[in-house]
Amino acid sequence: MARLEARPEPSRRMMLVSPLIAALAMLLTGAVLFAVLGQEPAHAFYVYFIEPISTGYGVGEWLLKATPLILCGVGLALGFRANVQNIGADGQLTVGAIGAGAVALQFPDAQGPWLLPLMLLAGTLAGMAWAAIPALLRTHFNTNEILVSLMLVYVAYLLLSYLVHGPLRDPEGFNFPQSRMFQPAALLPLLVEGARTNGAFLLSLAAVAGAWFFCDRSFAGYRMRVSGMAPGAAAYAGFSEKMNVWLAFLISGGLAGLAGVGEVAGPIGQLQQSVTPGYGFAAIIVAYVGRLHPLGVLLASLLMSLLYIGGETAQMELRLPSAITGLFQGLMLFYLLAADLFIHYRFKPRLQIVVPPHPRGAPIPGSGETVP
Amino acid sequence: MTEGAVAQDPVRAVPRLQLMGIGKRYPAVVANADVSLTVMPGEIHAVLGENGAGKSTLMKIIYGVTRPDQGEILWEGRQVDIASPAAARRLGIGMVFQHFSLFETLSVAQNISLALDDKVPLATLAPRIQAVSEAYGLPLDPHRLVHSMSVGERQRVEIVRCLLQSPRLLIMDEPTSVLTPQAVLKLFESLRRLASEGCSILYISHKLDEIQALCDKATVLRAGRVTGTAVPAQESARSLAELMIGRELPACRLAAHSPGEVGLAVKGLSIRSDDPFGTDLKDIHLEVRSGEILGLAGISGNGQQELLRALSGETRAPAPGLVQIAGQDAGALRPAGRRRLGMSFVPEDRLGRGAVPELSLAANALLTGHGAQMTRNGLIRFGAVRDFARRVIERFQVKCGGTRTLAGSLSGGNLQRFIVGREILLGPRVMIAAQPTWGVDIGAAMLIRQAIIDLRDQGVAILVVSEELEELFMMSDRIAVIADGRVSQAVAVARTNVQQIGDWMSGGFAAGAADASALQSAA
Repeated sequence: MARLEARPEPSRRMMLVSPLIAALAMLLTGAVLFAVLGQEPAHAFYVYFIEPISTGYGVGEWLLKATPLILCGVGLALGFRANVQNIGADGQLTVGAIGAGAVALQFPDAQGPWLLPLMLLAGTLAGMAWAAIPALLRTHFNTNEILVSLMLVYVAYLLLSYLVHGPLRDPEGFNFPQSRMFQPAALLPLLVEGARTNGAFLLSLAAVAGAWFFCDRSFAGYRMRVSGMAPGAAAYAGFSEKMNVWLAFLISGGLAGLAGVGEVAGPIGQLQQSVTPGYGFAAIIVAYVGRLHPLGVLLASLLMSLLYIGGETAQMELRLPSAITGLFQGLMLFYLLAADLFIHYRFKPRLQIVVPPHPRGAPIPGSGETVP
Repeated sequence: MTEGAVAQDPVRAVPRLQLMGIGKRYPAVVANADVSLTVMPGEIHAVLGENGAGKSTLMKIIYGVTRPDQGEILWEGRQVDIASPAAARRLGIGMVFQHFSLFETLSVAQNISLALDDKVPLATLAPRIQAVSEAYGLPLDPHRLVHSMSVGERQRVEIVRCLLQSPRLLIMDEPTSVLTPQAVLKLFESLRRLASEGCSILYISHKLDEIQALCDKATVLRAGRVTGTAVPAQESARSLAELMIGRELPACRLAAHSPGEVGLAVKGLSIRSDDPFGTDLKDIHLEVRSGEILGLAGISGNGQQELLRALSGETRAPAPGLVQIAGQDAGALRPAGRRRLGMSFVPEDRLGRGAVPELSLAANALLTGHGAQMTRNGLIRFGAVRDFARRVIERFQVKCGGTRTLAGSLSGGNLQRFIVGREILLGPRVMIAAQPTWGVDIGAAMLIRQAIIDLRDQGVAILVVSEELEELFMMSDRIAVIADGRVSQAVAVARTNVQQIGDWMSGGFAAGAADASALQSAA
């Protein structure tokens, strides 16, 4: 029997290798799963992971779906580093979409080049405003930001639903709960002909670069990281905890709002009852799979996006159930968490009773004492 | 000394506990190697060693918290395998830990009841607690709530908890670190009485005078190995210290020096604590002049934390003039503002407060050094940060792999040297050091103390807050005492003594105002 022992310090190599192990284990499990479902695994993998991006249009779809994941994931990763748990990015995305959509619908005849920047600004500010609610409640009343940000997601969904049923409904839309289509000047330009990838993808790449710079070079990024790792040290150094919470929420909310603009001013082209299939939640997985590093988030978003569109292809071509997408996402996260164990622990191949290392002050089971 | 029980017929006496060749490795360190130790019935046996010498690991092995990799444990002549603390208690081993784990909102009896292996109704437990505590001179009211008790009284709760199980071996881990000198004497009386009834005591400490006063035998550990055994009464403090640290005890020099103008002043500061179990600060007056070290003594939990926060700027004073740094009102300033006035600060916790364990030493230099030209236009100047970290490492002989080494991988003494060095090299006019040598081995402690004294000689005003009286008498020009949120007059070290400061630590300087809980810790 092998036993686990704590590494003297976390392994940097394992931090990089662990996502690869997780991806490999996911593929292996997937192979077994395909076989059980009566599919030839090699063919199923081809249909799932290769075929969707074998055409220019397919690559475009891949990047298109990755865009909101990147934008939300980068923002969340910055917040998670600072130990600010914003899990309401889907709501901030929705409100960002409303903000941009309201601008477009307000000026139905506008053709000027100012319209799109105004929409981007409105969407970002709307996302920030929505994120400011949990930030305000946390800094003034010490509420739990996880709960508040999550609950506001559903409020945002209902707000959008109300608007497309009422004030923003297309008067000529036969009572369908959706706005009128945006005019061309209110749509983000496509990057290449024949694919739906739009300018938001470039914005997401800029967000990755900007976040990377912010984390590694700026003193504000350093303060956020210290606040996340050691709140006591941040207080000692005089870094404001409130500022930390505000920055984390405004950055992640703003980026999520921007992702919302990318959706309604991109592939959707109008306000509908729902503008997100849960990008803001998938971005939580993306942020952690990407090791809370902007570049990692970029790669993780591409993987997650492939899981989305591969799942759709698999449904159509192999008649697999739609749950297959969620299943692969779940497998990915599950294996990643398992492989992450080896960042802090390693195998010690010897038959021995496992004695977990007792941290100082931890309670000893079955007694009133703690480990000195 | 308790001779009675030890001087049994040598043929008949079976050792209470015998360790033979105990070894324990952790991934990065060998905590114990080939440790052997014999404790006779009724013997008070000292385990002496510096921090990190492996004392705690050895005690955890005896108490069943940790398993040894090698070696045998004999309990009353029988080989045993101590699988858990519960198994240890069944054998008759009790342990009083250095850090207590009592529920503050519960009573003494409730706390003890929770910790007992057998479930005893409270109605029968309370009188037993009273009886045992009185028999050993450790008076306790079983119905009192723990939050109203001083640290010394809480320790009594832990000791009485062990005594209720009629232990035959009691392990005490650094029990005097929370007591006044007077309370230490009381504790020793209780321990001697216990030993005279045949209970063996393993007494862990690095304080030589205590061991000489109390213990029959001593086993000295250094770097996980036994470096010798001794009868403390027959040794000098110097010879014990040499066994413990492997060389002669270093000393630090405090040359006469005339202080200059006031660097740090506190003028009638009162702050109510947010924490229901915290201590309110009451009308505190303090004055530290440049070129002097003011030592602030006190038992932990008497307002030190609250005062330090009020001085560092983490808590703001109710009026700006109540705290003055270098003659300027600083009461309303945040930590960064106070640092700009020339204050630097060594906090009491190294990891998670003075340094971020997951960050490199360079990044930790930036933690408080950011005011000193290490940022420009909101961006970090990495070159300046690394240079500064390198200077700290070189000047203060921090043993590490370089500026990229993670702070958490350094030993306590090394990291403390880095933190003290960082605060010193920032060129302060006022420095506040909280527990600057807590948990640091003697060699490193002397280096740190000398560095602080050198800073004083350069004309910096220094406040040292410490629970170690010996340290304060070694390095202070004047000493004041904090008790129950009040600070005494400061007196020149030459005009006072341990006895007087000990009295003051239990609130004796403000006899009329001191409340009962502060007094009781000495009772």
